[in-house]
Amino acid sequence: MISDLLIAFGVGGALCVLAQLVVDVGRITAAHVMVLFVVLGALTGGLGWYGPLVKWAGAGATVPLPGFGYTMVEGIDRATQTEGVLGLLTGGLTAAAGGIKAAVVFSLAAALVFNPRA
Amino acid sequence: MRSGVMRVPQEKDADYLALAARHRPPTPVWRNAVRAFVVGGGVCVVGQLVTDFFEVHGQTATRAASPTAVVMVGLGALFTGLGLYDRLVQAGGMGGALPISGFANAMVAPAMEYRREGLVLGVGAKLFTVAGPVLAYGLGSAFLVGVVRLVVGS
Repeated sequence: MISDLLIAFGVGGALCVLAQLVVDVGRITAAHVMVLFVVLGALTGGLGWYGPLVKWAGAGATVPLPGFGYTMVEGIDRATQTEGVLGLLTGGLTAAAGGIKAAVVFSLAAALVFNPRA
Repeated sequence: MRSGVMRVPQEKDADYLALAARHRPPTPVWRNAVRAFVVGGGVCVVGQLVTDFFEVHGQTATRAASPTAVVMVGLGALFTGLGLYDRLVQAGGMGGALPISGFANAMVAPAMEYRREGLVLGVGAKLFTVAGPVLAYGLGSAFLVGVVRLVVGS
């Protein structure tokens, strides 16, 4: 339990350091790096590298954005096994549905309820 | 003839770029890295505690990932609304932005800021300033990976 938390801390922190280095050394914006890391999660997921990291590090790998790309790739993989080619179009969003729908609904609610500070 | 007209420095001008680089304050790369590590690791520990909660309540490790994402997104939206998550991003840089709670922050913050431009083109559109590109390229790359896997696998 405690070791799970330490591994999540180390791996999640390391992914964020990597992203921070790309921002600082590569001089690109945080938004570009967020896009880059989702794509990297999808690519490393497809190569079979991100899955073992998720198994080992749990939330340390699933909570950072590469985990989002990995989730889409895994969802497509599962869906193509049962639905064939159509799964290419349904699998990604199905697997990421919880996160995406929550992001849209909660963000909309927060933006409507809270007032920005001047 | 351009004589007598003071030349305005252009973004692509080599001299101007060199001058700008000399005057740019040095980026504290090491300090930023340490902060990103501590804040990002901390957010992931919260995520792991949420995952553990769902596992204790009968989800497998794989199935706990989705409700964990939901909770982390909810926390990110809530703390952005309260004005606290932006401080976390200021302190931790990508340590605050890279976790999925930072994805929610990147949706809520511009939507709140542009609320005066209306509910449709202000809030509705600005929600997707960062989320739009992330979803477009995430789903796009996942599609391509899926095609390759389908072709290679068959």
